[in-house]
Amino acid sequence: MAFRSLATRKTLSLGLNSTRLTQSRALQTFSLPDLPYDYGALEPAISGEIMQLHHQKHHQTYITNYNKALEQLHEAIQKGDSSTVVKLQTAIKFNGGGHINHSIFWNNLAPIHEGGGEPPKGSLGWAIDTNFGSLESLIQKISAEGAALQGSGWVWLGLDKELKKLVIETTANQDPLVTKGPHLVPLLGIDVWEHAYYLQYKNVRPDYLKNIWKVINWKYASGVYEKESA
Amino acid sequence: MATSQNSALLPSQAKFELKPPPYPLNALEPHMSQATLEYHWGKHHKTYVENLNKQIVGTELQGLSLEDIVVVSYNKGDVLPSFNNAAQAWNHEFFWESMKPGGGGKPSGELLDLIEKDFGSFDQFVEEFKSAAATQFGSGWAWLAYKASEKDKKLEVIKSVNAVNPLVSDYFPLLTIDVWEHAYYLDFQNRRPDYISTFMEKLVSWEAVSARLEKAKVQAAK
Repeated sequence: MAFRSLATRKTLSLGLNSTRLTQSRALQTFSLPDLPYDYGALEPAISGEIMQLHHQKHHQTYITNYNKALEQLHEAIQKGDSSTVVKLQTAIKFNGGGHINHSIFWNNLAPIHEGGGEPPKGSLGWAIDTNFGSLESLIQKISAEGAALQGSGWVWLGLDKELKKLVIETTANQDPLVTKGPHLVPLLGIDVWEHAYYLQYKNVRPDYLKNIWKVINWKYASGVYEKESA
Repeated sequence: MATSQNSALLPSQAKFELKPPPYPLNALEPHMSQATLEYHWGKHHKTYVENLNKQIVGTELQGLSLEDIVVVSYNKGDVLPSFNNAAQAWNHEFFWESMKPGGGGKPSGELLDLIEKDFGSFDQFVEEFKSAAATQFGSGWAWLAYKASEKDKKLEVIKSVNAVNPLVSDYFPLLTIDVWEHAYYLDFQNRRPDYISTFMEKLVSWEAVSARLEKAKVQAAK
């Protein structure tokens, strides 16, 4: 299934002699990316019901609210309304972060028949063994961090581009990984908000974290790692 | 709220019990399903109580009331390990008692007077409470709370993250709604605003809120 572009450009066109007018910036709006697989394709690890709600409701709502916040920000910037500009930062972090994180997440998952669960080879596989001893050890650590996270958030495998090493991090709510360090690049993120697993796993988050590894798309993570560590 | 602690035991044996809601688990249907109560009370709340008991064994927290453990382990924001379990144990017991079968409607008497004084009208209070509950991003709670100082006695709507509650800021909690996703996901999925409206219209026990206000005024006078 082809991806729709994450962004469609919507230009504010004023048509007249631009030297007479105040510079107007193009306002980019975002739209829901298609999943690269059917909603039911990750079963039994993650149910089709969850995938559909998660994509069509939760992710879509982040995008809708992100677009709204950006439009309000655009207006506030043009008016020079600093108070509103600053006030909007929370909404932008929540909703923009939600869009960023979920867009990565859909790529982090793949049906088993398309390589979901297949261990990473190549340079990422080697880096995991070097940093963590083994893939099993990495999985155990990420799962433990994800299970221990209180409230809502994400657990990440990231590349620290400056220190040139792999790190495990958690972020609260929809904070993207970069909020934990400007040199951190997300390779793999696992959503541990309750909406990501509740209908299927109820309160037993550890079971969700045990089963999700069967559909983790290590090919994608490897691709990002190779590109970012070049 | 009575603490669910067996005070007949020595402090070294003291442990908290999982108190059942003051109604059967199916009594809030169709507004809050039996399945939700079974998981929310029977698993989530139960786990907080069990883990709290394990955590306080042999510590100086054992033997304290649940409220005291919450405040002590909040530690002015630099929380001790037991805070999360203690506060969530307290919050959930308070939550079950904030609801009743055939709930909703409007408060009366002094509670209504205070609401009208501090919010303008009951409808404005409802708007503010619903907004707080809807905009608490991620996990948390929304509260109606009472603050008594030398100068003033007033009601406030507060929202809090994760396990935090108004006890730690010296407020008297009067009403709460749980807005962690586990509180509404089985019944409402992503539709938190529908859950909040249903809570206000069909579940709130204004009797419980009034009784708490009475207690709060007595305590504030001391």
